[in-house]
Amino acid sequence: MKIGLTSTGKTLDSMMDQRFGRASYFILLDTDTSEFEALPNEASMTAGGSGTFAAQVIADKGVSAVITGNVGPNAMNVLKAADIGIYRGYPATINDNIEKYKRGRLERVDQAGPSHFGMSLKRNKK
Amino acid sequence: MKIAVLSGKGGTGKTTVAASLFSCLDRCQYIDCDVEEPNGAIFLKPDLPVSCPVNVPTPRIDPAKCNGCGSCRSVCRFNAITVIKGRALLFPELCHHCGACLIVCESEAISEKDREIGIIETNSSGTFMHGRLHIGEPVSIPVIRALKRRLQEDIPVVLDCPPGASCAVVRSIEGCDYCLLVAEPTPFGLHDLNIAVQLVRKMGIPFAVVVNKASDTDRSVQKFCRQNGIEIVLEIPFSKEIAQEYSRGILPVVANPEWKKKFMELYTHVERGIQT
Amino acid sequence: MKQIAFVSGKGGTGKSTLVASLSILVRNKMLADCDVDAPNLHILLQGDVLKNEDYFGAEEAFIDSAVCVKCDRCRQICRFEAISQKIEIIPMKCEGCGACVLVCPAAAIRLEEARSGQTYVARTPRGTFSHALLDIGAEGSGKLVTAVRKNIHGFYKNEEWVLIDGSPGIGCVVIASITGADAVVAVTEPTKTGLSDLERVMQVARHFQIPGFVCINKYDLNPEITAEIEEFCKRGGYPVIGKIPFDPAVVSALQEFKTPVEAGNCEITAEIMYLWSRLLKEMEKAEGF
Repeated sequence: MKIGLTSTGKTLDSMMDQRFGRASYFILLDTDTSEFEALPNEASMTAGGSGTFAAQVIADKGVSAVITGNVGPNAMNVLKAADIGIYRGYPATINDNIEKYKRGRLERVDQAGPSHFGMSLKRNKK
Repeated sequence: MKIAVLSGKGGTGKTTVAASLFSCLDRCQYIDCDVEEPNGAIFLKPDLPVSCPVNVPTPRIDPAKCNGCGSCRSVCRFNAITVIKGRALLFPELCHHCGACLIVCESEAISEKDREIGIIETNSSGTFMHGRLHIGEPVSIPVIRALKRRLQEDIPVVLDCPPGASCAVVRSIEGCDYCLLVAEPTPFGLHDLNIAVQLVRKMGIPFAVVVNKASDTDRSVQKFCRQNGIEIVLEIPFSKEIAQEYSRGILPVVANPEWKKKFMELYTHVERGIQT
Repeated sequence: MKQIAFVSGKGGTGKSTLVASLSILVRNKMLADCDVDAPNLHILLQGDVLKNEDYFGAEEAFIDSAVCVKCDRCRQICRFEAISQKIEIIPMKCEGCGACVLVCPAAAIRLEEARSGQTYVARTPRGTFSHALLDIGAEGSGKLVTAVRKNIHGFYKNEEWVLIDGSPGIGCVVIASITGADAVVAVTEPTKTGLSDLERVMQVARHFQIPGFVCINKYDLNPEITAEIEEFCKRGGYPVIGKIPFDPAVVSALQEFKTPVEAGNCEITAEIMYLWSRLLKEMEKAEGF
């Protein structure tokens, strides 16, 4: 099974990146073979819509679960439509998060965190 | 005659100048183009009985017709469409309504429907108008364009522009006859004035400077204007009374008839400047 | 490392002056000017440039006039009025959507990355400082703010703090300034406009689940509105960590390129130091949960 983690660097010792759309890297790990690939996140360089872009990349890579800090509502809708499980990672290394995930210690997230544009707030009328 | 009031940054007194000018003139229209933070109404206190939505065309995808080819997703530069498991998903808040997806969709699965991104509020005589962009909407230009479509051609118009020197400012001041640049005499204010000057020069609109919070100790703005051949048409001194009145939402022209006279002179001056 | 973002609902509330003052008082920190549409901190912070890069904000259409057959289709399809009668791109209006590229029968149009400014990282006596300067008419974006914040991490030397001068407003650039920050400090003034702007910016902070704090600048200008702001903060659970009095000396100091701290303005300096210590205390409290 393939899982994706948002990372500040290219290795398993890197810290988790708490952002999803604007994360520096995605670490894609095969949990059966422990092989992994570090993918620079092109979405971080888009002016807008980084969340949906990143989610599309993750979905296209055939990932079954994502471990990250905060997923905005747009990206969450994409990931949900692709049946990708979302888990809230810890501000620790990628390795630590993988261990915790394997032991079932990460919380599954269904509620979207804050996003740029998907905010449901409307302006207060004066 | 259309006069745009702008400043390189916020908080320089742009709204004070625009609203003062408006309240000194008998027949005049005030348009608040600062749609992210429309503050003119706080000073001018208009009744705003008329409210109309600003809509933008947003694509709708018919799942029955969509074949999941993904061409809409690949042309969308704003990442507003994703295709998951052969189904296109649209994110309206990311959409810049450019219509590119419509052009490429071969199965005619995409149509457009209006979506509200903000509102325009107007007083009963149509002389006061402001736009409000809804929170979370990324593009303010359609609201500014909608405001400018309601511009009255037969009376003077004062446009209170958004701060900065961005695209929204460009859209606000284009087509205007004259720009008033409001600046504060501080290193920050001077820096921002310089940027605003470059912008209006690039657009080729005649302009002059209003110095707000002017003081005797810092003449940097005056010096800058002299060196660059820019006229200063008004100086509002730095005073605690004006700051206190401002904090209560009272304009200097309302509190003091002397200021009313000065603003009327300013207007006559600008009018003459445009004609020559 | 903790990141503190200073924001305001509108410009001119004294946010940059506060950040510049703290840049002297707080030790072991880095600085980022994320007010990319009207950057000001670089005026007070001179230093050696460590890194300077062109910033490519967005794409723009380019028409190859040699290939163009003047069929006018691009002008008709463009919803941003960015193509003139003469079939020329008006760069300030082009959104880079590419609709014109799609309809051009002669393949005369392409999208290209357009330079819209420059990013800088400088070594200053007050710490590593990251900022950006936009070209005239160019617009700041979440991407640029992210670049400014990201740039500074390349020079990280175990600093304890990052002080972020955020942009005013509530839009995309503000959100990019505060995401991932440990605290948001909103600098406001007791004016009619100040309170409504404060309410909106705090909504954004709340939406992002970032602890929000408030500093009321020039609080004595209008005691009634200051009381209203304090009441609002109490209801919303935003601690008021500082109340800075109105003092014309602050402006006079600034006119000499000095913060109130450097100008030896004891009262204001003491208040800013108190603000910082309250922020630390309140953040500890918030973490205690």
